[in-house]
Amino acid sequence: MARVTAGVATSHVPAVGAAMDLGKSNEPYWAPVFAGYEPSRRWMAQHTPDVIFLVYNDHATAFSLDVIPTFAIGCAEEFPIADEGWGARPVPKVIGHPELASHIAQSVIQSDFDLTIVNRMDVDHGLTVPLSLLFGKRDAWPCKVIPFAVNVVQYPPPSGNRCYQLGKALRRAIDSFDEDLDVQVWGTGGMSHQLQGPRAGLINKEFDNRFLDRLVEDPEGLAKMPHIEYLREAGSEGIELVMWLIMRGALDHEVAPVHRFYHVPASNTAVGHLVLENRKP
Amino acid sequence: MPLDKPYAGIPGTTVFDADQSRKGYHLNSFCMSLMKAANRERFKANERAYLDEWPMTEAQKQAVLARDYNRLIALGGNIYFLAKIFATDGKSFQYAAALMTGMSQEDYARMMLSGGRAPEGK
Repeated sequence: MARVTAGVATSHVPAVGAAMDLGKSNEPYWAPVFAGYEPSRRWMAQHTPDVIFLVYNDHATAFSLDVIPTFAIGCAEEFPIADEGWGARPVPKVIGHPELASHIAQSVIQSDFDLTIVNRMDVDHGLTVPLSLLFGKRDAWPCKVIPFAVNVVQYPPPSGNRCYQLGKALRRAIDSFDEDLDVQVWGTGGMSHQLQGPRAGLINKEFDNRFLDRLVEDPEGLAKMPHIEYLREAGSEGIELVMWLIMRGALDHEVAPVHRFYHVPASNTAVGHLVLENRKP
Repeated sequence: MPLDKPYAGIPGTTVFDADQSRKGYHLNSFCMSLMKAANRERFKANERAYLDEWPMTEAQKQAVLARDYNRLIALGGNIYFLAKIFATDGKSFQYAAALMTGMSQEDYARMMLSGGRAPEGK
């Protein structure tokens, strides 16, 4: 049977991808960011899963305002890298797992989460930057990826609790897939940042670190945080953090933290990162 | 009964909700068109003529021509869509963010390096 082995949370700042693509990773501005991911890269080399269920948001790339799905699951065999307006990132295309994705879609919809099924989709930095951060430069990604896009562009995104409960439904779906697969669930985006208006540049280290604490120790309580608190405390784009709760919902109640990293700034954003292992069965 | 919008009072912040999205549909659709290199070239060759192909308001067109991003947000623009305009101009997110705060890009970058904008006045 398939099993969820671990969860990863990480920011997906586009400038981080650009720094890697342009060979700036060793510059003084960026070196501390990449150093913070080194322990995770080493861990990942020993724990590469068969499939990553990667929760992210599209940034006006695959989805315009014509269609705005709250939860969209990528069921295609592969996903091209998007041209976001300055050419596609020079990273490998993403190979999906249509059988597992379709199984998850059918299972989760029957658990009352009405997913949108996507069979053709370009993926943007929200999905590729986390892969680059955890795997570095590659000719091909070392595992399959199921993209799962959450609307956080047009307010309101789904609530934290909705995301957390969806994670639990996702876990049941993965656990019931009849193939021997190691699956990781990744939650991406955040942490505090605001990209618009006179309050742009907001960073809230206290909020972010408390969020990292509670994601590990008190996910049920954290899931109850209302949207207004994210907007006020973490900035208008900090609300992306609800996506981390899907990842957490898919893990065991008790998890073993492997690595934690927090850094300010990456361009306009606070970078946060966690690797959490399920305790062994 | 109108919807409760507790976020309306957050200073310096416009939440892109359903009302803003409705106001900004054509503006944001214009922005989306700039994802294609051929459209970027046509826009750069004659901005006014390109804008006139879209059923946007005159105020929205003027704000695009002026690259007034705060005004564009007030008129229904969303930052991820507006990013297509400043990407077409070869400008970064940090450039646009600095512009919206009224700071020089240098001062803004320095603020970020020293930990960002404190969340006071929220």
